[in-house]
Amino acid sequence: MTDDVLLSAKGLTKTFGDFTAVDGIDVEVRRGESFGFLGPNGAGKSSTMRMVAAVSPVTSGELRIFGQDPATHGPAIRARLGNCPQQDRLDEELSVEENLWVYGRFFGLTRAEVRARADELLDFAQLTERRKDKVEPLSGGMKRRLVIARSLINNPELLLLDEPTTGLDPQARHVLWDRLFRLKRQGVTLILTTHYMDEAEQLCDRLVVMDHGRIVAEGSPRALIQEHSTREVVEVRYDVDDHGVHAGPLEGIGDRLEILPDRVLIYADDGDAAAGAVARSGTEPLSTLVRRSTLEDVFLHLTGRTLVD
Amino acid sequence: MSALPESPRSRLVHGERRPLSAVERTWGLVGFHLTLLRRTWRGLVVSRFLTPVLFLAAMGIGIGRLVDRSSGGVAGVPYLQYVVPGIVMASAMQWAVGESTWPVMTLIKWNQMYAAMLAAPTRVADVLRAHWVVVSFGIAWGSGVFIAIAALFGGVRSWWALLGVPIAVLTAMAFVAPLFWFAARTDNEEGFTTIFRLVITPLMLFSGTFFPVSQLPIWLQPVAWVTPLWHGTELARPAFLGDPLDPGHGAGWAIHLAVLTAYVVVGGWGAHRAFRARLEA
Repeated sequence: MTDDVLLSAKGLTKTFGDFTAVDGIDVEVRRGESFGFLGPNGAGKSSTMRMVAAVSPVTSGELRIFGQDPATHGPAIRARLGNCPQQDRLDEELSVEENLWVYGRFFGLTRAEVRARADELLDFAQLTERRKDKVEPLSGGMKRRLVIARSLINNPELLLLDEPTTGLDPQARHVLWDRLFRLKRQGVTLILTTHYMDEAEQLCDRLVVMDHGRIVAEGSPRALIQEHSTREVVEVRYDVDDHGVHAGPLEGIGDRLEILPDRVLIYADDGDAAAGAVARSGTEPLSTLVRRSTLEDVFLHLTGRTLVD
Repeated sequence: MSALPESPRSRLVHGERRPLSAVERTWGLVGFHLTLLRRTWRGLVVSRFLTPVLFLAAMGIGIGRLVDRSSGGVAGVPYLQYVVPGIVMASAMQWAVGESTWPVMTLIKWNQMYAAMLAAPTRVADVLRAHWVVVSFGIAWGSGVFIAIAALFGGVRSWWALLGVPIAVLTAMAFVAPLFWFAARTDNEEGFTTIFRLVITPLMLFSGTFFPVSQLPIWLQPVAWVTPLWHGTELARPAFLGDPLDPGHGAGWAIHLAVLTAYVVVGGWGAHRAFRARLEA
């Protein structure tokens, strides 16, 4: 069923001069899936997304979107895509609804189609009351919702979201997640990039972890955690400048230790038992917290670095 | 989404979408510029019209009286009628530069609307074509209205002056195309200020707008000959005076036309290249 593969990349590579942004990645996304690229800034996620959106040429490797080559079928691919770039790219002089109307016309939709679609999408984006307002004074979260609404104007089969909630406050992020989750439930295929592990966990059925232009792991959020981390984690903080000084006494507790500048992470399947061992270790922690493993821990384990720094 | 498109020809139907013709792509993008114009036209009318009308009053009518009284006009032509085609072409140039500098930078870099356009089923050539169609119509309209105003003051003696409209558009495009090229290759807007100071203002003064280039020092005259504004003005002036082909200057009109066209073609080629390099990286 190749018809159901919306995105297929083999050895996909993007270089800018001497710099290799995307270093030969293989990805396949099927219809109805919610797929994520998780990685820190500079991992090559946006360069990948721009190639998939058929707005940036592939340096080497094979890329097919809807089974078509973006080098030869760019407009045909873009006609069926929804592209929500990292930058808003709104005209702030225009009103909310005008931004939707003009964009719909780029896709060759009729005036009536654009109007009807805009009404529907303003409702979806919870912006109906602001439709006549200029874009400029809107909050960051509202602008983001407008960009997502705009990217849906052509009724796309595949929606690309590059860092959809970066820079938003937690409440605005939750509103956005709710909207994206609705789209997912309606069966829209989503491909998104993020450096927020909670976003990836909430929205992605399957994801790849990217670092330095390469894919370092692939799977569902749960499978990745099972494979690359323990069930639970104990976060221990001390009143010291260098948390490494406590590595010795804590050695042997749980499966393994991770020493970070501001805390020690102890990976263990039984977090409470590990926390008990910390209490008996003779060190004097300021705080001890038991939590479940997240994709952040997966990334830390795979790359030795944190996602957001 | 719930509302399903009614016509199977609708481009909202899932699957391969019906391709857009070049006219549809251009028209769709023109819609953006027109929507934006609906917001900004008042300011544009003031900034783009007031200056030429002030020039018309001060130079054509004010200085014109002095010139006509002391020397009987320029080569027998009343000064007002001499200067009107010059002001039309110089204003077209000013308008062209105004449209091809900061607004282009806005669409490239600040609000990135060009990139938004290219996320749709359009190409760089469509984006340029649409923008230039809008700029050309603006200049055609502006020049036409200005010529009508000048006619009311007796500044136009022949219906051939209507040729001033297409000549103004061509002259303007000879600036627009190379300036789009420049705008796509520059990273900050300081270059634009330099262009205004070092290129546009001197051109306005020394390209035969207000007095014949032959009045300039002999070493400065060749500079005028390579500038689009001089060619535009020289092409337009005989038309305004009732004889577009100006037999006194042989095939001069053909050379002017060729130079202006060359600016548009070479500038257009460079702009297309530079836009692709900048927006399709």
